[in-house]
Amino acid sequence: MCTYQTENVVLRGSGKSRIGWMKVTDATVYFDHPVHFADGHALMIDVTDPSRGPDARIALELDPNSARALAESILRTLDQVSEGLLDEFAHP
Amino acid sequence: MTHNLIAETISISGHGGDDIEAYLAQPTDVDKVGSIVVIHHMPGYDEETKEICRTFAAHGYNALMPNLYSREAPGASPDDAAAVARANGGVPDERLVGDVDGAMRHLKSLAHANGKVASIGYCSGGRQSFLAGCRLNLDGVIDCYGAFVAADAPAESPLQAKAIVGETPNLSAPLLGLFGADDKFPSPEQTAELEKALTEAGKEFDFHVYEGAGHAFFSVNRPSFRPETALEAWGLIFDFLSRTIS
Repeated sequence: MCTYQTENVVLRGSGKSRIGWMKVTDATVYFDHPVHFADGHALMIDVTDPSRGPDARIALELDPNSARALAESILRTLDQVSEGLLDEFAHP
Repeated sequence: MTHNLIAETISISGHGGDDIEAYLAQPTDVDKVGSIVVIHHMPGYDEETKEICRTFAAHGYNALMPNLYSREAPGASPDDAAAVARANGGVPDERLVGDVDGAMRHLKSLAHANGKVASIGYCSGGRQSFLAGCRLNLDGVIDCYGAFVAADAPAESPLQAKAIVGETPNLSAPLLGLFGADDKFPSPEQTAELEKALTEAGKEFDFHVYEGAGHAFFSVNRPSFRPETALEAWGLIFDFLSRTIS
């Protein structure tokens, strides 16, 4: 822990972890020392379903430039979705 | 000294009487020896910190590391357990103190214990080692780059680490502090603030701020590892333990 910089996000979706496909309900986003990525710090994302225990986690450790590119790509992709397709998600 | 030792996973009674997992390493070629509670870093109860326990045992000390995430994530891999702990806001201070107290009691009960116990912690554990030293009756305290001793964690963070420099007058034992000059958490300014508080409280302490090193310079599996700094700091640790708990 070392930066203590952490955000929690509630979300809705699915992901594939070591226990297989699962519902995901929460994400933690932080900038800190990675477990596996071989650099001093990384942008870390844990996508989880806490109700299914610690193994129900999809983990990412990203170079900050990669993380920003990924975030921008997500936003660009959503911005380009054809009109009407996002309507069903307007009231989750 | 032969460096002979035994190491094993055990269960100890922690805060509130909870059974928690712990890793115990003991020298086998000794008579009466001092003991040390090893407080793991935020990334968890991992292989590298177990190796640190074995190093203490090889040098003639009983070493016990409680798994601070035993409750949130029993049996989970260290990284998964650390992720759960982080999402939950970290380890509450009161529970940490109770777990270190349980580890101290277990160490004192060992057949070849001399009754003296120190603590050492790394990263978040550095802060927790200092905290334990202020709230428990230890014989030596070692803080390895513990952040948020002199300053609160950022307000927007869900992690609940508050500054504890105000507890300095209660510090029960000599303090060895090992820091990197390039570290931001704690920054050299925060380390200087702690140093000032220790001086004002008349406490015995020895601080080293290493140039060319940042956070986690002891972490042998990380790019932050600084072999020369770590080697020198290990020497200081063993000198400190020989003075305080041998």
